[in-house]
Amino acid sequence: MSTHYRPSIGMEVHAQLLTESKMFCGCATRFGDRPNTNVCPICLGLPGTLPVPNRKAVEHVIRTALALNCRVAPIAVFYRKNYFYPDLPKGYQISQYGEIHPIGTHGYLEIELNGERKRIGIRRVHLEEDTGKLFHYLPGESEVDYNRAGVPLMEIVTEFPPDIHSAEEAREYLVQLRAILTYLKVCDGKMEEGSLRCEPNISVAPEDSNTLGVKTELKNLNSFRSVVRGIEFEVQRQIQVLESGGQVVQETRGWSEEGAYSFPMRTKEFEQDYRYFPEPDIVPIQITEEWLESLRATLPELPLAKADRYRKEYGLSDYDAKVLTAEYDTAEYFERCVALGVEPKTACNWITVELQARLNETNLPISQSRLTPAHLADLVALIKNGTITGRIAKELFDEVFQSGEMPSQIVQARGMVQISDEEALRVAARQVIAENPDTVEKYKGGKTSVIGFLVGQVMRATQGRANPQRVQELLREELERV
Amino acid sequence: MALTLKQMRHVAKLARLELSDEKLTHYMHAINALLEHFETLQAMPLDTVEPTSHSIPVFNAFREDCVEEPLSRDLALMNAPEARDGLFIVPRIVEE
Repeated sequence: MSTHYRPSIGMEVHAQLLTESKMFCGCATRFGDRPNTNVCPICLGLPGTLPVPNRKAVEHVIRTALALNCRVAPIAVFYRKNYFYPDLPKGYQISQYGEIHPIGTHGYLEIELNGERKRIGIRRVHLEEDTGKLFHYLPGESEVDYNRAGVPLMEIVTEFPPDIHSAEEAREYLVQLRAILTYLKVCDGKMEEGSLRCEPNISVAPEDSNTLGVKTELKNLNSFRSVVRGIEFEVQRQIQVLESGGQVVQETRGWSEEGAYSFPMRTKEFEQDYRYFPEPDIVPIQITEEWLESLRATLPELPLAKADRYRKEYGLSDYDAKVLTAEYDTAEYFERCVALGVEPKTACNWITVELQARLNETNLPISQSRLTPAHLADLVALIKNGTITGRIAKELFDEVFQSGEMPSQIVQARGMVQISDEEALRVAARQVIAENPDTVEKYKGGKTSVIGFLVGQVMRATQGRANPQRVQELLREELERV
Repeated sequence: MALTLKQMRHVAKLARLELSDEKLTHYMHAINALLEHFETLQAMPLDTVEPTSHSIPVFNAFREDCVEEPLSRDLALMNAPEARDGLFIVPRIVEE
């Protein structure tokens, strides 16, 4: 009988904080500027300069810690993490040290998988600075751009021993975490651009064992897809190593998305010893009850709570509630539609199907859609009062999405109003019946489903300006008389 | 506790200092003298004293999130031992 292995997965996530300026100086945090144009004596680590923490970055981390149900330290302290690598010019990174006075500790995040809720423990949430970017083009040298050096970075680490035991759970954790960070507007959550980075550590152990196996850490996971595939691969690799009598080596491994495999990255010459010590240039952060409460008051309704409310208040399905609440801007769009009188399920369908498809095609965020909730409400009202058919509405949707014009104005300007003249429709129905004797015969012979074809013909004859339900009724009546 | 020569070598390596054993022994005695001083402190009854990372009772020296004028790129690269196309050039540390 073969052994069953249970994976255990710890998640270390780095999130670039949404601020205008860097963590300890006034340089811009903009992405994509020319190399070394957002640098100053402080982030270049020139002698005699003093770092001063960005209040907004500190508040972003405190708010995240609160949203993740953490204990917030009354006193938080920065430390120097010393290492020799040219991605930071100072020779150290200003960070927070393990369990000693990070901003948040002992929190949890809830995930929902297959209808079940599960708590994932959060060990700590802390604040540090990002590093510069190195390029290795020519042999023997590296090129360095310090634009990113000193950009505020938040580290979120899950509890040990891990609560996560599958790639699916890891993905769900990351989805929820990303949703929370974007709801809080502390991070833009773009994994492809590196503003949200995930480094899982993975181990496997026989199911009945009460100790954990040797873990490896995975890097280069730039999408949710890579996270799932990378973890699944690494779990299988480790099981194979153990099954063949080998031992898992504790190491950092890179993930190749193209090749779908993980590979060992060069291990350091000797064990890391960062010689942490309190950063003498920065005084401690005192987080008073008042400050904490004023920040707590700024927390928005979080994704899972919102999804709950959508189910209860609007009767939406689990799936719909989840899709609508995955992004703050989508949820906000939906709520504005509902506030404008659109029936929730109708709003949900238009947003998650038609709007989402066009946003994907054009690569636009929902916040920049020219088709606003007001446009959608107008469109839905036109269908509801019988002015236009669903088919016309879909055509209009495209047009409005491109032009940003109000649907009711387009309809009026173009005479796209639905034919409500019963007699005109009846004439069209008779005409179609006369032109399709074969189909009529089938219908008469009991194959009533062919009426769909006849409805389609009438819709075509009226350029889609008829109400299909009414057309079907009229066709039935007319077919009785044949 | 006192540092051994082996620990001194490790510390020197961490700090990327190239020092002869002779020098290291010299510094080892100096550092051990300092550590002895801490032994005296260790013996003090300090259970009721809060540990501090800073000696002055000042907290929350922040700056607001405002962008300021950066250094010009030419100035930033001026003292770099080597630079090219606006980038600092450094010796390769890790082969990836």
